Amino acid sequence: MELKEIITKKLNEHFPDAGFEFSEYVGEFNIKLDKKFIHPVCKLLKEDSELEFLLCEDITAVDWAKRKNRFTVVYHLFTLKHNFRLVLKCDVDESDCNIDTVSSVWKTSNWQERECYDMYGIKFNNHPDMRRIYMPEDFEYYPLRKEFPLMGIPGSLSLPKK
Amino acid sequence: MDRFTKDETQPKIIQKLLEDSDITIDDALEHEMVLNMGPQHPATHGVLRLLLKLDGETVIGCVPEVGYLHRGYEKMAENMSYHEFIPHTDRLDYISPTANNVAWVMAVEKLAGVEVPLRAQYIRMIIAELARIASHLVAIGSFAMDVGALTVFLWTFREREKIMDIWDIVCGARFTNSYTRIGGVANDIQPEAFVLIKKFLEGIDDNLTECEKLLNTNRIFIERLDGVGAISKEEALSYGYTGPNLRATGVEFDLRKATPYLQYDKVDFNIPVFTEGDCLARYFVRTDEIRESAKIVRQCLQLMPLGEIKANLPKRVLPQKEEVYSKMEELILDFMLINFGINPPVGDVYHAIEGSKGELGFYLVSDGKGNPWKCKIRSPSFIHIQSLPHLVKGRMISDVVAIIGSIDPIMGEADK
Repeated sequence: MELKEIITKKLNEHFPDAGFEFSEYVGEFNIKLDKKFIHPVCKLLKEDSELEFLLCEDITAVDWAKRKNRFTVVYHLFTLKHNFRLVLKCDVDESDCNIDTVSSVWKTSNWQERECYDMYGIKFNNHPDMRRIYMPEDFEYYPLRKEFPLMGIPGSLSLPKK
Repeated sequence: MDRFTKDETQPKIIQKLLEDSDITIDDALEHEMVLNMGPQHPATHGVLRLLLKLDGETVIGCVPEVGYLHRGYEKMAENMSYHEFIPHTDRLDYISPTANNVAWVMAVEKLAGVEVPLRAQYIRMIIAELARIASHLVAIGSFAMDVGALTVFLWTFREREKIMDIWDIVCGARFTNSYTRIGGVANDIQPEAFVLIKKFLEGIDDNLTECEKLLNTNRIFIERLDGVGAISKEEALSYGYTGPNLRATGVEFDLRKATPYLQYDKVDFNIPVFTEGDCLARYFVRTDEIRESAKIVRQCLQLMPLGEIKANLPKRVLPQKEEVYSKMEELILDFMLINFGINPPVGDVYHAIEGSKGELGFYLVSDGKGNPWKCKIRSPSFIHIQSLPHLVKGRMISDVVAIIGSIDPIMGEADK
């Protein structure tokens, strides 16, 4: 059985109501799921002995500006056992701008989620250290949101007092 | 004159001291101290700031702070065309700029569905491997300098200088190359550059051995690194390690073998793996990788066919400059591509290559327009810096410098 079929079967078996949507685009296997299930799904993908997605390559978000579910959080996972890359996608709405953290599954996601929070303002529930990473702590905006102007906002970065 | 008796002296002095300041004399030897290392520190390889909590000279806690070089490249990429962003990739990992160029254009080509001619693929492999050699030479040299072996730094930089000379002839720039184009490379490699590459490859093995002689039997060097900053296989994977740092822990993972891109499946090379996971293992992996990279370049020179260096796709690929100046059709195409971009179809792709520091990936989302809707840079240095608290905990403060040098972070890449 092909790996994609194994993943599809396992996920459907364990999480029948997670609303999975499987798709493929230029050789990449995409899975869309409900954001409530992200932590158990990641845990299963990492710990299942047939899959072993030990490497979490990247966590980021996409801002769709005017779409109903404004953000999509994108996870890129890699299994060294099969040399296969998997993309997980969760929609997050602006009014309920949070998603569960996966930093207990992969330690690397700690900073990647912090970066995502810093740039898009998506809060990660149960995250051990939810601070900004690039921007100063007192910065009020989220720079990679589409409404943030390229030139920046004058006066938004406080300068040291003379 | 009244004098203090011997019995009276001690308590009175202590009393006076306590009145003057809030020194607690009982805790004088158990005092914890917070040391701010960086952002301006020669051993942090750029503007990395570490907050260290010390007990005497032992590190008991560490918080890395990044963002001092944050230029917002991901935001800038959303506001410029795919071609315009190529020079900006040079400024990410500025020690191996051509590898970043290759990573970016390959991600865009995957998005736009562009097939690259064979000769251009081999040229890309050559420049990417030369970039890896240059990067590892800097890593080894500055790492040795961090732990006190100054001569090696000069010797590895002498070798790196030869690669700079090659890049100078190939694309006219020594440092920020911007050599690749979407659909190929800017120009063919000149015969003079081939001569220089061959000359460099002839010398690199012996010159590297010469550098190694200074280090491998150097007792101070070995003792400062052996067993320092060790990380286990499982921890390394959990922290998202890739590249030489992961291979030093015993995981045989290299994207050139795992997901072959360009023509890496046609060439024969080994993946150096060490199992200790400490600073010394990371140094050994890098020296061995230089030899393997040189082997790849040698094979590329043999296997390289003659032919085109750019794909024949006028809607996606910039025409050659001499044709733009002499032909009407090409002038129009050049104008359209520069002003409106290549407009790849709607969709999103992630493409990663084995950069010199680790997995360098670009995640691109296109909405069908000339500039990307979103661009995410997956930089290995950012991921590796995250593990510093784990590596330095319980070590001496002088080991911190060695550990930073051994994981080889580049802040241009970590801060984007």
